[in-house]
Amino acid sequence: MPETVFEPRIVGFLCNWCSYAGANLAGTSRIQYAPNIRIIRVPCSGRVDPLFVVKAFQSGADGVMVLGCHPGDCHYRDGNYHARRRFALMHRFLNFLGIDERRLKIDWVSAAEGKRFAQVVSEFTRQLAELGPLSAISGQQAAVSSQPAAVSQT
Amino acid sequence: MARIGVFVCHCGSNIAATVDVKKVAETVGQLPDVVYATNYMFMCSEPGQKLIQDAIREHNLDRVVVAACSPTMHFRTFSGAIQRAGLNGYMLEMANIREQCSWVHPDKAVGTDKATDIVMMAAAKTRWSEPLFPREIGVTRRALVIGGGIAGIQAALDIANAGVEVVLVERSPSIGGRMAQLDKTFPTLDCSGCILTPRMTEVAQHPNITLYTWSEVQAVRGFVGNFEVDILHKPRYVDASLCTGCGECLTRCPWKKFTSEFDEGMGRRAAIYRPFPQAVPNVPVIDAEQCQAILSLRENPERDKVRCGACLKFCPRKAVDFRQQPTVGTEKFGAIVLANGYSLFDPAVYGEYGYGRYPDVITSIQLERLMNAAGPTGGEIRRPSDGHHPRSVAFLACVGSRDQRVGRPYCSKICCMYTAKHAIMLKEHDPHVQSYVFYMDVRAGGKGYEEFIRRAQEEYGTAYLRGRVSKVYPEGDHMVVMGEDTLLGMPVRVEADLVVLATGVQPQPDADAMARILGISYDGYGFINESHPKLNPVESNTAGILLAGCTIGPKDIPESVAQASAAAAKALGLLSQPTLLGEAMTSWVNQARCAGCFSCEAVCPYHAVERVTLRDGRRAAQVNEGLCKGCGLCASVCPGKVITLRGFSDQALLEQMNVLLLQPGERIYARNSL
Repeated sequence: MPETVFEPRIVGFLCNWCSYAGANLAGTSRIQYAPNIRIIRVPCSGRVDPLFVVKAFQSGADGVMVLGCHPGDCHYRDGNYHARRRFALMHRFLNFLGIDERRLKIDWVSAAEGKRFAQVVSEFTRQLAELGPLSAISGQQAAVSSQPAAVSQT
Repeated sequence: MARIGVFVCHCGSNIAATVDVKKVAETVGQLPDVVYATNYMFMCSEPGQKLIQDAIREHNLDRVVVAACSPTMHFRTFSGAIQRAGLNGYMLEMANIREQCSWVHPDKAVGTDKATDIVMMAAAKTRWSEPLFPREIGVTRRALVIGGGIAGIQAALDIANAGVEVVLVERSPSIGGRMAQLDKTFPTLDCSGCILTPRMTEVAQHPNITLYTWSEVQAVRGFVGNFEVDILHKPRYVDASLCTGCGECLTRCPWKKFTSEFDEGMGRRAAIYRPFPQAVPNVPVIDAEQCQAILSLRENPERDKVRCGACLKFCPRKAVDFRQQPTVGTEKFGAIVLANGYSLFDPAVYGEYGYGRYPDVITSIQLERLMNAAGPTGGEIRRPSDGHHPRSVAFLACVGSRDQRVGRPYCSKICCMYTAKHAIMLKEHDPHVQSYVFYMDVRAGGKGYEEFIRRAQEEYGTAYLRGRVSKVYPEGDHMVVMGEDTLLGMPVRVEADLVVLATGVQPQPDADAMARILGISYDGYGFINESHPKLNPVESNTAGILLAGCTIGPKDIPESVAQASAAAAKALGLLSQPTLLGEAMTSWVNQARCAGCFSCEAVCPYHAVERVTLRDGRRAAQVNEGLCKGCGLCASVCPGKVITLRGFSDQALLEQMNVLLLQPGERIYARNSL
């Protein structure tokens, strides 16, 4: 196979009120950043189920970002505190699974931090490029699951 | 099968310059369920919207993806467009290929690739869209105003004058707030009481205003349009319906040496008191901790004769009632205006200024009381130590403002102005007084403000010295202020008979508790956060709770009044609607599968999760849609995954990942179809 530059695939869960707006501000300010991230808008970082993160890794993401409002600034009072606690534990769990915990990033970007959003994304992309593809570790696993999670049929 | 239409916008060259929109539409058009895909120059334009509407009819579309700008920009536009074509407004998904793609990735190949992904994700998500209907919520046509300072008074009057019933709650015995304590107001030197008391009386007499003084808001439940508020009525020990306000009790009370809160420690009051002569309502209150009669009842509630009881004995209407108990009333409101004001920085933190150690170091609000004709000295400025008229007065600005060390890096905004006012008024009281003002910068932004400072300097001969003070100490019968004049680059020594500290504005000590009761957010200092600092300056981030005055941050009287009127207008706008539209994207519990663990109840920030008993006797969770704001915390903690957040269901979110992360050749939808 020819040598190609590894382009990590990143799923970013961005809260609607701060980080998604921060990403928009990066756009309106024309601040360039690494294009690897694919953004999934969620109402709150607290909406992000750890299951989503596992699913993302399982279905081929090399890294997952969860970005929310700064602690104390949550649009829903304290959703981001829940996220912070949840993903602190999640990091330990990822290590247990054999996934480098650096592949999951939780950070805070406010609606006024377009520049910071660009920096955080580019830095994470660079870091993942160094870590290499996740599928190199988990082998075949990555492509197997095209099933959605074991969620309820409503 | 879903029938999805995809509409890719060029946005002039905003998108089309770095994204091959035609190719995006073609690629996405090949996805299953996408029955129509096209591109157009300006989707948001009238012909653009018509194009979407025509396509909906022609291709019988039931879902629409608009690939253009951010949903915050044009979701409403396109939601309205598809509604006019007969679809539910929530059957729309926007793919943000402008702010989050074309504007940040200049390489066209990269941009096209990413835009394709983004549009595919949106198409995948919309397969899980379902029609949503915001609930209609009734509105209680009453307003609650918390705080009886000038902001609260203004808000209450504005709302009441529009014909809406208002309850004004004030926790001290009288309304009036800080403004009632002031002698004059800058820059006009209007007598503060003269302009305030007519409004206070108006509040008391207004047919639409119910005034609860000596009362506090204890708990707030409910949501916009439908708040339920518990108000604690503290015992006054005087029956307001009998009291005529004659004041006989005040003179008869034998215990007269208590520190007056209203006079900021400069004066004394009896155990039964009214804070100031023009108090509204003009009904005294008994300080239970200091009244011998009430203390004797506490020792033995059964006794039939109380100790002392002088006030009752001499009251012509026998209005005193030592056995009054606190009561709590619950009332319903549609909107709440929070105007709970501010407190002043405690300057004892600055040990070098000697506040609290030297009687002749006082704060500006204390000087205000000394100047006031209704104050403890009858308006004669006498220094606390020996009662002499001061001839030389030093003012220290920025005490508890613009100082990182004491955690107050912000400017209190009013101190420069009131200090200039004090310097002017001192000279008016006694032409021989020389004032010195130690300042950092003079900040006098406002109509007639800079001119006012000039007057203080030029007409009234106030000496302005730029620099901070390092030490204040007594020497003989005066105080010595050691400071620096940074403009001259020299140390300065001023001998002053009186030192006045211009203390800064800070939130009420219990502002955070109040914010928690109301469920609104506050900043690191305790000031309440506005919903948007520029565009929603009087709205909190909880719908229906409006803000006015210094609870948001330091400001002067005209600004507070303007904000109060703005908040009143917002409250009236809300209360004039027969019904309100609630949140459509709310959580929903599949009770048939709910195990009743109530993890959701524990995390819900809005207490929207209720426990219900099902017909088979099981306990299950239920979401009160009126309270739910749609954060989705419950859905993410539910161990059984039986909670769905409408609009952001697990399926809708996971589907986006699925379509995205498969290899290009495998990019098909996940297998479970609709």
